[in-house]
Amino acid sequence: MLNYIIKRLAIAVPTILVLIVFSFLLMHAAPGGPFTSERAVPPEILANLEAKYGLDQPLYMQIWTYIKNVVFHFDFGPSFTYKDRTVNEIIAQGFPITLTYGSVAFVFAVIVGVSLGVAAAIYHNSWLDYLAVGISIGAQVLPNFVMAPILVLIFTLWLGWLPGGGWENGEVKFLIMPVIALSTSFMASIARIMRSSMLEVMNANHIRTARAKGLPTRQIIFRHALKPAMLPVVSYLGPAFVSMITGSVVIDMFFSTGGIGLFFVNAALNRDYSVMMGITILIGVLTILFNLVVDIIYAWIDPKIRY
Amino acid sequence: MALLDVQNLSVSFNTNDGVVNAVNDVSFAMDAGQTLAIVGESGSGKSQTAFAILGLLAQNGMSSGSVKFQGKEILNAPLEKLNKIRAADIAMVFQDPMTSLNPYMRVSDQMAEVLIHHKGMSKTEAIAESVKMLDAVKIPDAAARVRLYPHEFSGGMRQRVMIAMSLLCKPKLLIADEPTTALDVTVQAQTMTLFSELQSEFGMGVILITHDLGVVAGFCEEVMVLYGGRVMEQGPTDPIFATPSHPYTRGLLKAIPRVDQLNAELDTIPGSPPNMLQAPKGCPFEPRCQYAQEDCVQSLRPLTEFAPARKRACNRELEELV
Repeated sequence: MLNYIIKRLAIAVPTILVLIVFSFLLMHAAPGGPFTSERAVPPEILANLEAKYGLDQPLYMQIWTYIKNVVFHFDFGPSFTYKDRTVNEIIAQGFPITLTYGSVAFVFAVIVGVSLGVAAAIYHNSWLDYLAVGISIGAQVLPNFVMAPILVLIFTLWLGWLPGGGWENGEVKFLIMPVIALSTSFMASIARIMRSSMLEVMNANHIRTARAKGLPTRQIIFRHALKPAMLPVVSYLGPAFVSMITGSVVIDMFFSTGGIGLFFVNAALNRDYSVMMGITILIGVLTILFNLVVDIIYAWIDPKIRY
Repeated sequence: MALLDVQNLSVSFNTNDGVVNAVNDVSFAMDAGQTLAIVGESGSGKSQTAFAILGLLAQNGMSSGSVKFQGKEILNAPLEKLNKIRAADIAMVFQDPMTSLNPYMRVSDQMAEVLIHHKGMSKTEAIAESVKMLDAVKIPDAAARVRLYPHEFSGGMRQRVMIAMSLLCKPKLLIADEPTTALDVTVQAQTMTLFSELQSEFGMGVILITHDLGVVAGFCEEVMVLYGGRVMEQGPTDPIFATPSHPYTRGLLKAIPRVDQLNAELDTIPGSPPNMLQAPKGCPFEPRCQYAQEDCVQSLRPLTEFAPARKRACNRELEELV
């Protein structure tokens, strides 16, 4: 197992290098640059600016310098738009916020989704099942960018219970709406997956064996059925994690939470090369790490999987 | 008092294509220490009869009739009542050892939980007891193997684990669904011997579901032949094997390969079992029966006693079957 983890981490290094090169090339392939603004800059000044940021050098030199700085100095460079700030500073400011509401939303989606799915499967074809299926279908057709304004409309404008945006160091009342908006559709998908896989597992032969042992239903569900039924949910978590990162862009825009999502969008619009690259690498690393975690959970659940 | 008394047991399933009557009007009784064989082709209702006794039918299944265990009605009994009987008094060995053990749990945990739940043992005691039982079913190096997962055992060993697990609480009745199918002949014999030992030691009754007529002949006192969910013939083993009274039983016995007739072609029963969705009105065996006449399509005589302890369900008189 340890060998496997080390191997996976080793493979991650070339993956990230490829990611860097590709995003770098894609970024430069897009028309415009960091200093193309409405106000025409005199060519001499533009040349000076480009020389300062190293943009006058050939592309392969730029990539090389960038990789060198990232790998050896862990330096993602200065921002092109926020003149006095480095990418490291921007990430250090925004990432903890994204991480906070992201992980709360993630845990919330998994716990509520799994419980809802299990309940629906156990009380199959009862009112509880229909309610759970109803909720999950309803939640799934409401993507975060629809969910967010609806929440603001209800809880801020009509009821006045919750602030419509802001962060305030992650105080609970600022956390509630971003978490709900971000997690609902994932929670719904998890509930649906969990329900169908639980229904399948409850009809499996080994569950019949457990029933024949005279075990109480609760023990059958928690000891015998839950683990195998979780497998499809676990494989969904990888893609769900990536979509959640994408979703955080919408959350940051909507609730002014100040996470990296907003920086990412602005960087893309302003061709802020270094910020874009920094956040892309961060998300890439997170995705690789998370998929590794998913694989480890998989092996923990299913003893037949040995790496 | 009979250990198990089954009267007019019927099992049906609600499916999308209609109601399937898997078992029709099965009755039998057995005493402690006795062995009953339920014989029949796949789909004849053998396993469903067993599942119905323990209340283990699939969700769309329904059972009617009466099943009395030690005089108490257990058919469709409330779950709490059934859970006290399951494994402790009536244990079951399932047909498919590949899928009937939980692939996600160590064998030690799967076995120990039975003793922890029913006997209130500690985990250490329960595992020690499980190892003893695995030894008894001839699992080599049981103390180490008990820690393994089911997929680390061979098919035959998994079957033995299944058997050991069913015997943990020394049940009064063991329902064994094809327990020896996955085993090679020597282990088969050892397993059956183990069953016999437990039978004489604790007076355990055994219902053996099988299509191995060799095992039936060597091991069971009573036989019940099922076809299309109905009892075709029922009675003590020896007379049935000597003078089968039903065309189907005759066909089954003829289809046993014999080592002393090397050149003879193996007899088979032509055709295949009926589609239970359109259950035949008359005798389910009629389409494959060489003695069938028109009245067999319309109706089947109920199971009637024709000699002491022997019953048959056939429209043809015994003299007609030549």
